[in-house]
Amino acid sequence: MSDTERRERFEQTVLPHLDAAYNLARWLTRNDQDAQDVAQEACLRAFRFFDRYQGGSARAWLLTIVRNTCYTWLHKNRHSDSTEFDEEIHSSEVCGSTDPEVQALTAAEKETVNHALEDLPDVFREALVLREMEGMSYREIADVTSVSLGTVMSRLARARTRLRHSLTVEFSRRF
Amino acid sequence: MSCDLTQRFIPGYMDGELDLVRTIEMETHLKDCPACAHKLEDQQGVRAVLRRSSLAYVAPAVLRDRIQSSLRASAKADVEVRESGIQWRSLRVFRWAGAVAVFVLFSLSGWQLTAPLREPSTDQRIAADVFSSHVRSLEANHLMDVVSTDQHTVKPWFDAKLDFSPPVEDLASNGFPLVGGRLDYLEGREVAALIYQRRNHFINVFVWPDSNETNSTQSVKSRQGYSIMRWSRDGFQCWAVSDIGGSELAEFVRLLENYTSSEPN
Repeated sequence: MSDTERRERFEQTVLPHLDAAYNLARWLTRNDQDAQDVAQEACLRAFRFFDRYQGGSARAWLLTIVRNTCYTWLHKNRHSDSTEFDEEIHSSEVCGSTDPEVQALTAAEKETVNHALEDLPDVFREALVLREMEGMSYREIADVTSVSLGTVMSRLARARTRLRHSLTVEFSRRF
Repeated sequence: MSCDLTQRFIPGYMDGELDLVRTIEMETHLKDCPACAHKLEDQQGVRAVLRRSSLAYVAPAVLRDRIQSSLRASAKADVEVRESGIQWRSLRVFRWAGAVAVFVLFSLSGWQLTAPLREPSTDQRIAADVFSSHVRSLEANHLMDVVSTDQHTVKPWFDAKLDFSPPVEDLASNGFPLVGGRLDYLEGREVAALIYQRRNHFINVFVWPDSNETNSTQSVKSRQGYSIMRWSRDGFQCWAVSDIGGSELAEFVRLLENYTSSEPN
């Protein structure tokens, strides 16, 4: 395979999952600029190791690399002010939807959910992001996060319980 | 099925991850157990809120562009490195094959004859490394370790990090402001990388001591839209690389050379 072919194959197989990569990085770093850096580094790393990709879900493969890159990054740059309100989160880059069902949540409510999700521990947050936003199967989540299926299930249960708890507190306070 | 087990399997049930037998068991239990049914509702409620919030982020277009251009550049850099590797290997093969001839050459004319043969390939290898370093410094968002336009900040920073003291000059008045420095690795040693800016372009200047070098400047080489120049001054080997035009880079190097040689110490 020539270098051009290799790059083109990578661009066709892996790059379509850039949104998923950025989304996971964005939720793990909780910051746009860092998420861009991490997503870019992960993509270039994926390109370097593209020969090791053996078919299967390219998205799961890329997200595994994104996740590792994120954790390396988090390890180096763990912010202490993680609960601080981040205005950027609520900017237009949050994907909008025309579904009337979706419109039912007000901007303020979305903001609350966003905040509650951000406050979850990393492993719970990533499980929810992969499941609810990427629609991944337990098997895929287990592969990306290197844990068993049972752990995926219990993490999702605990993540949802925690999120429900903080939303109950938040919503009752605000509304 | 017990309440305990049912509640443990709630996520799998609502996510459609259970097998048929277990799904039926769950449904039977949930029908008769308000407590478990309530737990399921809670979890489903959270999921609904989360989905309705549509919180997924979309990658900014600039990120996509940046990654694509980095992929192109990094593919080129890899080719460069590989090509120079091939040249080394074939050179070695040649040496083995022609060992006797080489021995004769060595004994007859010593290094004078082989040195010119050796030079281009060493230079090509360094040029490929310089090129790769430049591309990586831009793509990995690791352009600078020390960000400063002040040569009196950058120089001491290097002095503390390296076993030599690289010449650091600011050429802001000539339109090439110094913007920072970085440690890099070339030729099996730590080297100083000075970063200059020309409009929106960056110039990486790599500097390391080389006592064998005599003062000289090598003309601009061009590689896939990047210009590379090598020169030697006062016991330092220097390389500059950038995507600015060759003539601009030559002007930049000329300015730098004049500064370096006019430095009092």
